[in-house]
Amino acid sequence: MTLLALSDVTAAYDRTPILRDVDLAVDEGEIVGVMGKNGVGKSTLMKTVIGLLEPESGTITYRGEDVTGLSADDRARRGIGYIPQGRDVFPKLTVEQNVRMGETINADSDEYLYESVYDYFPVLEERADQSAGTLSGGEQQMLAIARALVANPDLLLLDEPSEGIQPSIVDQISEDMQAINDELGTTILFVEQKETISGYLAV
Amino acid sequence: MANWLNLAFQFLDSFAFIVLAAAGLAIIFGIMGVINLAHGEFILVGAYATTLAVKAVGLPLPAAMLAGAVVTAGFGLVVERTIISGAGPNWVWERLEPRLSAALPDQAAAVLPSGPLIEPLYDRLADSMVATFGLSLIMVQGARIVFGNSIDQVATPFGEVAYGAFSYSAYRLVLAGVSVALLGLVYYVFTYTDYGMRARAVIQDDRTARALGVNTERTYAATFALGSGLAGLTGALFAPVISMQPTLGSQFLVEAFVAVVVGGASVVLGTALSAAGLGAIESVFSNQYGTFFGRIALLLTAILALRFLPGGITGYIERVRKRRRRES
Ligand SMILES: Nc1ncnc2c1ncn2[C@@H]1O[C@H](COP(=O)(O)OP(=O)(O)OP(=O)(O)O)[C@@H](O)[C@H]1O
Ligand SMILES: [Mg+2]
Repeated sequence: MTLLALSDVTAAYDRTPILRDVDLAVDEGEIVGVMGKNGVGKSTLMKTVIGLLEPESGTITYRGEDVTGLSADDRARRGIGYIPQGRDVFPKLTVEQNVRMGETINADSDEYLYESVYDYFPVLEERADQSAGTLSGGEQQMLAIARALVANPDLLLLDEPSEGIQPSIVDQISEDMQAINDELGTTILFVEQKETISGYLAV
Repeated sequence: MANWLNLAFQFLDSFAFIVLAAAGLAIIFGIMGVINLAHGEFILVGAYATTLAVKAVGLPLPAAMLAGAVVTAGFGLVVERTIISGAGPNWVWERLEPRLSAALPDQAAAVLPSGPLIEPLYDRLADSMVATFGLSLIMVQGARIVFGNSIDQVATPFGEVAYGAFSYSAYRLVLAGVSVALLGLVYYVFTYTDYGMRARAVIQDDRTARALGVNTERTYAATFALGSGLAGLTGALFAPVISMQPTLGSQFLVEAFVAVVVGGASVVLGTALSAAGLGAIESVFSNQYGTFFGRIALLLTAILALRFLPGGITGYIERVRKRRRRES
């Protein structure tokens, strides 16, 4: 079944179109990667899907419903977990509070996956009371994934998870994403510049 | 001995006054980036609502004070939805505009604005000052038209504490206790509740908070209502001890703004530290040279703080912490 579909989506910042007539379909349970050089509009695509950017035209369908006119928080509450480029953890909240911030995603379920999340990323449990701004880049990436995952969303949106992170951690995160897809059945849409990560996240 | 006691009481007085005057303003400024120049008039709403609840409705004073705070919180919510966020007017306009442009000739319809009428005032310091200054003028005049130049005051409860040749109103001790309790409560709310955590996340990065499912509009509305409610509580608490006239809010403004400037962005720690520091300065100078010099000392401190601690006390603490972390 198609979980997410974009049809003829055009999106722009102040009139300069970045995405032009984009069509994309993601089936339930899939891992889909979109590759592109820097500046082509990968982040723009992710922001349009989560709803931080309103498309000029076209429709976005999620679980068969047209969500084009809905705000980002509404879409998140319908079960989309977004992991922004550059992580964007809340630096002054603790690691644990950052994870709790993900609880508002997927409002239909009040079951939270703290155990699985801390199984995938044990370092986050060790650092639970530390403020998130003191984590390393790789740890912040894990935290952003944990935050998006804790409320068991149906779809994860990952914007350049490998950016600015050591190769060994990139490998580990790729494996974790594969495991999350296998074990929790989470559908994943990610964008990347390099092929490194797509080798692991084979469709 | 008596003078030391005098000084101690004076300090408690100033401390309580500054905390209570500043709390609501600090929350609204710290979290929403809105400078509420009608802050004094929110205090007025609380004071009048409390007084009228006692005099006209016949509630006992504590219940009337609670009512004063609640009424002001509700009033704040209405102000947030209409003036600060513009959600109300925009909602009306969205429905009115198609009908209006259908009814008008094409040329006239073309000049109607098609989008939202009002952009939210969040994080627009100067714009929010202009809008709330206007609101403040309307409220003072409105109160004067509706209630006249003054209303009957409620009596001060609890009587006096006597020491030697001096006496001190016991109610002022209660105010000191309440101000400490209030700081504790606000600290608890912003540290341990889900609302507080989300509010702090929204200050740090409201887009990301939204993308995680936080209804940031509701967070802002709740924050404004909370800040207004605290201003209302201040008005309620001071209703028995200040004269009830439409301009009563202005006597809180100097302390409130100086405390927020000196305290910096961190609501609880900033307000507590600046109230303690400013309270000490004000009470020592008032005690030695009279109230007038107490106020002058307060303003001088604010000027010095602006010059040497541009981020306020908490901004300074944050810088020191960062430096320590880098060195370690
Ligand atoms: N907020 C913005 N306002 C105006 N233009 C923007 C904005 N954000 C991005 N752009 C422009 O849109 C284009 C696409 O940006 P986008 O961030 O989507 O690229 P990207 O593929 O994610 O790049 P990278 O790999 O560097 O992250 C770029 O030319 C960029 O300059
Ligand atoms: Mg990008």
